[in-house]
Amino acid sequence: MTPVPASTRRRARRGGGRVPYALLLPALLGLAFLVLPLVGLLVRAPWSALPEQLSSPEVWQALRLSLICATAATGVSLVLGVPLAWLLARTELPGRRLVRALVTLPLVLPPVVGGVALLLVLGRNGIVGRWLDSAFGLTLPFTTPGVVLAEAFVAMPFLVISVEGALRAADPRYEEAAATLGASRLTAFRRVTLPLIAPGIGAGAVLAWARALGEFGATITFAGNFPGRTQTMPLAVYLAMESEPEAAIALSLVLLAVSIAVLAGLRERWMSTP
Amino acid sequence: MTPPALDARLRVDRAAFSLDLALTAAPGEVLALLGPNGAGKSTALRALAGLLPLTDGRLALDGTVLEDPAAGLHTPAEERPVGVVFQDYLLFPHLGALDNIAFGLRCRGLRKAAAREAARPWLERMGLAGHAASRPRSLSGGQAQRVALARALAVRPRLLLLDEPLAALDARTRLDVRAQLRRHLAEFEAVAVLVTHDPLDAMVLADRLVVIEDGREVQSGTPAEIARHPRTDYIARLVGLNLYRGTADGHTVTLPDGTALATTERLTGPAFVAFPPDAVTLHRGRPDSSARNAWPLTVAGLDLHGDRIRVDLTGPLPLAADLTHGAAAELDLAPGREVWATVKAAQTHAYPA
Repeated sequence: MTPVPASTRRRARRGGGRVPYALLLPALLGLAFLVLPLVGLLVRAPWSALPEQLSSPEVWQALRLSLICATAATGVSLVLGVPLAWLLARTELPGRRLVRALVTLPLVLPPVVGGVALLLVLGRNGIVGRWLDSAFGLTLPFTTPGVVLAEAFVAMPFLVISVEGALRAADPRYEEAAATLGASRLTAFRRVTLPLIAPGIGAGAVLAWARALGEFGATITFAGNFPGRTQTMPLAVYLAMESEPEAAIALSLVLLAVSIAVLAGLRERWMSTP
Repeated sequence: MTPPALDARLRVDRAAFSLDLALTAAPGEVLALLGPNGAGKSTALRALAGLLPLTDGRLALDGTVLEDPAAGLHTPAEERPVGVVFQDYLLFPHLGALDNIAFGLRCRGLRKAAAREAARPWLERMGLAGHAASRPRSLSGGQAQRVALARALAVRPRLLLLDEPLAALDARTRLDVRAQLRRHLAEFEAVAVLVTHDPLDAMVLADRLVVIEDGREVQSGTPAEIARHPRTDYIARLVGLNLYRGTADGHTVTLPDGTALATTERLTGPAFVAFPPDAVTLHRGRPDSSARNAWPLTVAGLDLHGDRIRVDLTGPLPLAADLTHGAAAELDLAPGREVWATVKAAQTHAYPA
């Protein structure tokens, strides 16, 4: 380290300590705005009645369904989203920019609109839905698989964006090296590319999972709100708010705990990224 | 005469650059492509590996045609019996040294255990038996280079390609690795082609050099031939000779601008004249000696060159001269100073262009 003259050092420290009030005030307000509601949730939580609230079979039903559906939606996103990200990052697909725009559209689209769109396509009278019904006797709306589809629709873009970024950061020459060793493009993808981008896939999957867990609009539009079948945690919270607010708070606490756990898990993953 | 193991004419056209190069090599021969940056060395290597399609030409290895654009034939990289050692090695960062070497064997259908078994002797041959599980990140430059070489050799390629194999190493390691690489290449029974911009690497490692500039071969031959008879300024600079091209008539070679050089060889027609910088003598005034090769020149620059001082001179015959420190001090050399340079005819070397 090069020595710094004492005067410069003092000035630097004083400069670093003084923050303009015009920035400090809104910053603190913003922080309070984000944190206070969560604090309120903790303060108002019916801690004594909590065990009883959480042990009700409805809560467990909703939680179980939420976890299963979010995990299944993440699975669907992985199976379809990773190859899609590869296509976007590694090939000269014609109209690739348009495809990427379309992929990211569900990120900004109000989820309710997504639910309506899904209903129009996969509903009993939808273009694909009618065919699925007549050919396989398969109906998706207002079923548990419908919840998975609605959640995957909203969550998959998070995974695609994350994996595509990881692919772009990974040196494609490793795939060339694999090719010179006799690896087909698929083998190179499986044995070289996938392990290289594993941290990106992990982060994308966690993001997608968290998004799927909290999904409300598309789910209630496309899959409805049937306890045990399509009523996930966010739906149960919303419904409970009208009849028994204490139960809603209890359910919210569970979701908050899951979210914090996800954040902690993500942080771990990001820290362990090579 | 046995047919060449490598028989290629590589033609690759790109927007601002074209490569047109014929390469042949016998089994066991080590060929070096030597040239300045941007000459097309790496393009040639990628074309041989199948990573870059040929625009035109033909590539045959051991009598099998691998690529022939006219016939619509392009064997993809993964189906060529070719091994590549990349400049920065490109060892797979998520695999240990042993699994890196075993990678190609696994791609050829071997089970994990069998591939590792087959890869282990390579690790031992490279003196890395204790590093089987080491990730590339924890290997030194020299070790990584050996793992990359073993990985390429483990699949028994019929053509080994090395892209600037020593460029990523520091000077000390380079010396060791160059000696080891020379030994491994000598044992290798098929054709090896290495690409380098370092003449020393090329001369030590290769049986034959192909010098390329602007995508074309400008000269090829054994290292000794090329060092003795350079045919372009680039090679002359590499091997440290002053080189001039002119027209010979008896014992005189006349350069395009009229400057005449006396030589011992008797030649007629287009010819090169070369002499080493230490054959030049500098004088403060016009020399009285009978030297016919004497020119008034201006000092353009001075540089330390080993234990000598390299003087760059401009004038009727731009040349480089090597002087001892004593001689340089005595002449009181500085940029801009006028001096006379003489070269004895016996120290020049003329050969047909």
